[in-house]
Amino acid sequence: MTLRTDPVTINFGPHHPSTHGVFQMRITADGEVITNLEPVMGYLHRGCEKLSEGRTYTQLVPLTDRLDYLSPMSNNVACVLAAEKLGEIPVPERAQYIRVIMAELQRLANHGAMTGFLLNDLGTFFTLFHYTMREREKILDLFEMTCGTRVTVSYMRPGGVLQDLPEEFMPRLRALLDELPQRLDEYEALITENEIVLARTKGVGVMPREMALAAGCSGPMLRGSGVKWDIRKNDPYGIYDRFQFDIPVGTNGDVYDRYWVRIQEMRQSVRILEQAYRDIPQGDVRTRLPLFFRLPTGEAYARIEAPKGELGFYLVSDGGIAPYRLHVRSPSFINLGVLRDLTVGYTVADAVITLGSVDIVLGEVDR
Amino acid sequence: MYGTGLMKGMAVVLKTMLFKPPFTVQYPEQRVEPPRRFRGASFVWYEDRCTGCSTCAKACPQGNIEIVTSAGQYNQYFVEKFDIDHLRCMFCGLCVEACPYDALFMGGDFENASYSRAALVVGKKLLNAAAPTRIPSSYFHPELDHIDITSGRPVPEIRKAEQEKNQDIGWASR
Amino acid sequence: MSVWDYIVNLIPNLAHNLRAAVAGGPDWLVFLVMGLAGVLALVAFVMLQVPPLTWVERRLVARAQVRMGPNRVGPFGLLQPIADALKLMTKEVIVPSSADGLLHLLGCALIFIPPFMIFAVVPFSMGGVFTDLNMGLVYVIAVGSLGAVIIFTAGFASANRYSMLGAARAVAQLLSYEVPATIALVTVALAAGTLSLSGIVMAQTVPYILYFPLALIIFFIGSLVEVNRSPADLAEAESEIIAGYHTEYGGFKWAVFQLAEYTHMVAASALIATVFLGGWKGPGLPPYLWLYAKMLAVILLYMWIRFTLPRIRVDQVMAFAWKFLLPLSLINVLVVGLEVALAPGLPVWLIGINIPFAAASIVVWAKVYRALEGPPRLMQRRELPGITVPLSAETPAGSVR
Repeated sequence: MTLRTDPVTINFGPHHPSTHGVFQMRITADGEVITNLEPVMGYLHRGCEKLSEGRTYTQLVPLTDRLDYLSPMSNNVACVLAAEKLGEIPVPERAQYIRVIMAELQRLANHGAMTGFLLNDLGTFFTLFHYTMREREKILDLFEMTCGTRVTVSYMRPGGVLQDLPEEFMPRLRALLDELPQRLDEYEALITENEIVLARTKGVGVMPREMALAAGCSGPMLRGSGVKWDIRKNDPYGIYDRFQFDIPVGTNGDVYDRYWVRIQEMRQSVRILEQAYRDIPQGDVRTRLPLFFRLPTGEAYARIEAPKGELGFYLVSDGGIAPYRLHVRSPSFINLGVLRDLTVGYTVADAVITLGSVDIVLGEVDR
Repeated sequence: MYGTGLMKGMAVVLKTMLFKPPFTVQYPEQRVEPPRRFRGASFVWYEDRCTGCSTCAKACPQGNIEIVTSAGQYNQYFVEKFDIDHLRCMFCGLCVEACPYDALFMGGDFENASYSRAALVVGKKLLNAAAPTRIPSSYFHPELDHIDITSGRPVPEIRKAEQEKNQDIGWASR
Repeated sequence: MSVWDYIVNLIPNLAHNLRAAVAGGPDWLVFLVMGLAGVLALVAFVMLQVPPLTWVERRLVARAQVRMGPNRVGPFGLLQPIADALKLMTKEVIVPSSADGLLHLLGCALIFIPPFMIFAVVPFSMGGVFTDLNMGLVYVIAVGSLGAVIIFTAGFASANRYSMLGAARAVAQLLSYEVPATIALVTVALAAGTLSLSGIVMAQTVPYILYFPLALIIFFIGSLVEVNRSPADLAEAESEIIAGYHTEYGGFKWAVFQLAEYTHMVAASALIATVFLGGWKGPGLPPYLWLYAKMLAVILLYMWIRFTLPRIRVDQVMAFAWKFLLPLSLINVLVVGLEVALAPGLPVWLIGINIPFAAASIVVWAKVYRALEGPPRLMQRRELPGITVPLSAETPAGSVR
């Protein structure tokens, strides 16, 4: 006797505990196994690109805070890099170091949040999540004492950074850097050798190298699949060519490798921060520009290695005080493109952790 | 292997459970002092320094600041109206950064819930009344990191005096 | 009889006093009064544990997560469970329009019954047991598997796809884990020579945790699944299927499911304490306090596991039960049977054999399992028509690992 089974369509989201925002996955499942998955996005569309056409180049910066709200500092850097590239605006040495410090702290905060969320998606009762949030709070404290807010930082400006670091920043950073390696060990004790995590994540959501390259994935998604590609090394921006760090690369391209790449990147970020802490010079932090400065007619594409992947700002100027057109190449959105290919054939539970391992922020996906 | 990885994680949790003090703060009773550069709600505006140039209004990405001026007798402007709309303000601080005369500062307040929407559009009168009692944030004015410009006294001393007075300087209470 | 003796044998003495009070009446009246009193006492015992347990769990998980936990209602937040219950009681009860109303109600009404029924045979002290069934172990197993039916009722009646998935998962895993858990209990029955729980407690001169650590591990894992606790809380996996079989329950009906989860846990801990930890036996304290302390230890272990471990996937849960635990439990029964036959009376030196045997058999069977299964072949990606995703197996170049 054969049992006839019907596929069932399940709407995962937009109100679901583990879709990381207002994201919907229309899952067609045969029992527990997914036969089709359709990502539905756009619930958080705010028209950031259109809005930016009515903003001056300085006013763009607060807009970018709201793209990837888990790593606003990196977004700020990418945005001002585009303007600097087009206007050939010089950036003082100290400001470059501050940018590196902020971007790497942001990477630590973002990867920490992702790691915590991953274990949460796997079903732990928020424990690791609280540990990573504790360290994220310390990083956000540093941001707050520097620029006044924790998340919507708006700290970078074309031609440098808003203002110099406060006096107590460096001692606090030193204390954080001393603490972080132990904390990372603690996270790893909860994940890296945990048999249940290994069983759940190894061989799940496998993205072969070819697929990663063909889909234009970037960041930890790409490196998890074994492609040694990091814009900080391959197309250095700012002063990243002065720092010594390694690019961790995964082997299988599964969920575990994406996690592993991230936790190793956090260790590398600590390494970069140590070097920046050692080398940061004194001096000016900002090239003074007029309030409404104009950029020459033309276009520029600036990209950085944001925590989630290649974040690019494509800026077209018609010589006015505001961009003629701004396009954001958001890593979350492009990494999400492979979601169907990564999840079909696996179970519903695997789809959740695969989505978690892509590390999306819906503010950036929908823009 | 054989559950040793699980044991490692459980040991970390047990250690935290037994020995780590809570990291969180019990908010209404305990407060985290915001840093000096905090971009808070209670704007500080000095009318005597403001020329009514409206640079802040132009710098505001949201268009939250409404300024009406009238020409005065001796070739100057009178600021008739200076309204900051807290309802739409995102506290990006660009207005403070833009002000050429150091007339506008961010404040240190973050509890700006209100029962009426009108109370959150803060006008000249309220700003004037509040200016002498408020401590301006040192956002974009790093020279104020340790000194308060209103009285010239060091900030910790002022904070202490304020706590003794124990009065709420937030918008909500007005 | 001194006061201390009365307190030590509190439960039989109270029963005796009550029986004496109604002794004049007809037989059916005595039967009814004694039965009702026992049921009330058991229900009160179990139900009164739940609010403090929720408080303990929330405070403990808060400490594990470097935060404070409930601390607003009452001293140390002790009244928080009461506040929660009041709030849930005042909420509107919503039944989805497509749900089967009667079954929807039955699902949450019946979910309490199996854990209560288990307490009927748990001895609280010498003679302090509601009914001393001579096949108590069989009864416990039979009642324990009722839970699957009730959970399926709740999930099926909700007419929700998440609920249905949760219900299907619950049935599959509960039925699978019955088998190894039951076989693990067989070893205890073999050694004790009785199926009555009171008899098993009496037989434990040394707690069976020392004699049969392997059976305890198997039964503990089985009980984790049966009480739906992490890492096997698949039926209500909140990150996957929202709340599983009770997705469509709100307000007080939801509270009932939460209470049931805790009563299940209390029942399972009572069973483990009775069968493996020596039950009410212990020096100094009154026996029911000893039982309670042992139950609390097991409950704390359940909680600690919940704070730490992620959830297993559904196919892994099933594979673990059938391919790992079941053979292991069969080996265990074989070895214990030989021990009972060759060394009757369970001499103490068996402890020295059984503990290394437990460790060795887990390691050896894990290796055999690996060898049989090949390299860790996890969830097989199902080949489906219309999907052209090449899965390359070769290791890419440029790896740093």
